[in-house]
Amino acid sequence: MAILEVKNLKKNFGELEVLKGIDFSLEKGDVMAVIGSSGNGKTTLLRCINFLETPNEGEIIVNGETLFDASEKDNSSESDIRKKRLHFGLVFQNFNLFPQYTVLGNVMLAKELLEKERPDYKQNKKQIKAEIEAEARKLLDEVGLSDKLDYYPHQLSGGQQQRVAIARALALKPDILCFDEPTSALDPELTGEVLKVIKSLADSNMTMIVVTHEMSFARDVANKIIFMDEGKILEEGSPEDIFENPKHERVREFIGGIGAI
Amino acid sequence: MFEISFFAQLDWEQIREVLTSLNIGFVKSLEIFFLTLLGSLPLGLVIAFGSMSSVGIIRWFNKLLVWVIRGTPLMLQLIIIYYGPGIILGNNWWGSGSTGRFIAAMIAFILNYACYFSEIYRGGIEGIPKGQYEAGEVLGMTKSQIFFKVVLLQVIKRIIPPIGNEVITLVKDTSLVRVIAVYELMWDGQNYIKSEGIIWPMLFTGVYYLLFSGLLTIFLGWLEKKMDYFKV
Repeated sequence: MAILEVKNLKKNFGELEVLKGIDFSLEKGDVMAVIGSSGNGKTTLLRCINFLETPNEGEIIVNGETLFDASEKDNSSESDIRKKRLHFGLVFQNFNLFPQYTVLGNVMLAKELLEKERPDYKQNKKQIKAEIEAEARKLLDEVGLSDKLDYYPHQLSGGQQQRVAIARALALKPDILCFDEPTSALDPELTGEVLKVIKSLADSNMTMIVVTHEMSFARDVANKIIFMDEGKILEEGSPEDIFENPKHERVREFIGGIGAI
Repeated sequence: MFEISFFAQLDWEQIREVLTSLNIGFVKSLEIFFLTLLGSLPLGLVIAFGSMSSVGIIRWFNKLLVWVIRGTPLMLQLIIIYYGPGIILGNNWWGSGSTGRFIAAMIAFILNYACYFSEIYRGGIEGIPKGQYEAGEVLGMTKSQIFFKVVLLQVIKRIIPPIGNEVITLVKDTSLVRVIAVYELMWDGQNYIKSEGIIWPMLFTGVYYLLFSGLLTIFLGWLEKKMDYFKV
C-alpha cells in the first residue's frame, strides 16, 4: 500500500490557480524530488501537504487513511488537525529555528509539549523528559551536531542551522519528511553538509519529498522525480527518465539550461 | 570663604521641612507611576489584540480609541474624565474628595498609556516572521503554545526599548495630575513659590525625577542585557 497518495490537488489564491490538479503516490522509502522553475507551485504543493494551506480540491491519503478530502466538510478539531500534521515533517528554506532555545531545546520543544498531553505525564515526568532528551541527543549526533547542543541558533552557520531544523522535524517521527528548497539560503560550501544529511536519511529508508534546484542531488538521491510546470506535473519518472530521456521540450530546456548534464 | 558663608546661610530647618513635604508628593507620584503601569501594560495587550481582530467592528473600535487617545493631550483627557460626568451628565461620579480625583486621574493615565503600549505590542507581534508560526504549526503545536512558547519572548525582547521610552516619559507625565488637583511632587515644589517666594524646592523636584528615571534606565538596561543571549 502506498504510504502517501495525493489525488487531484487544486489550490487557488483568488483568481490565480496555483495548483491545477496534482496526482502522485509514494511508497515507503521513496525519495521524490520536485523540480521546475520558480513560481510553478512546488512550494504551494508542499504547504498543502503540510496543512499550511487548505487545498480547494483533492485528497491526501496517508497509509490508507484519508487525512484531507476537500469534498467533505471538515469539522475536525484543532487536536485532530495536529494529529494529521504529525504524519508529515517540513524543513523550511529559511530554517525557522526558535531563536530563544538552544539547539537541544529546539529539537525537544515540540515533543515535550506533545507528551504533556499523556495521561501519565505528571507521574513519569522525569523519565519522559529524559527519554525525549536522549532521543534529541541521538538525532543531533546523527546530523553531526553533538558538539553544539548548548548553542543558540544565531551562533551557528546556515548549514548547521538547517541540520538542527532537520533533527527538529525528525524528533516527531514523521512518516514523510518534506523539504522546501533546503539549501537555497546556503552558500555552496554549506550546501554539501545539508545534502549529505538528507542522503543519509534516504539511505535509512526515510520517505521524503524534496523541492530542490540542486539537479545533481535530485539525480543521485531521488528515485522519483516530478517536473512541475504551471501548476501541473508536466513529467514524472525515474532520474534516468527525466535527465536522460525527457519527453517534453520544456523539461529538456530546463535541465539543459541549468547545465546539470 | 564663599563656601563657608554659603553654607552658613542655609536654613537647614527649612530644607528639612521642604524635603519632608516633597517626599510626600513623591510617594504620590510613585503611586501614580506604578498603578498606571500595573493597569496599562495588560490593558494595552487587550487593545493590541482588539486592533488586530478579524472582527471588523472590534478592530475599528480599538483603532478609533487609539487614534483619539493618542491624538489628544493627556491633560485634556484628565480634564474631560474628571469634569465631564459632572458637567455633561449632571452627575459627578467622582465625589468631592481627593480619592475621587485620584481615581479619575488613574483612569485617564491607564487608558492613555494602554493605547501607546498597544501600538508597541502590535508592532512587536506583527514583526515576528510568519515562519516562526508555521514552524510551530508543522511541529503540531497549538495556537496558544506557539504564542506562549515561541512568539512571546521574542516579542518581549523586541519591545523592551520602546516600552522603556514610554516608562521614562510616564515618570514626568505624573506631574500632569495637578491639573485636576491631585497633589504630587511638583505641586509641592511649586507651592513654595507661591507661599514663600523660594524657587529651589522646584529644582529639588527635578533631582527627584532625575534620580528616579536614572534608576529606571539602569533597570531597563539590565533587562535588555538579560535578553542578550538570543537574537531575533
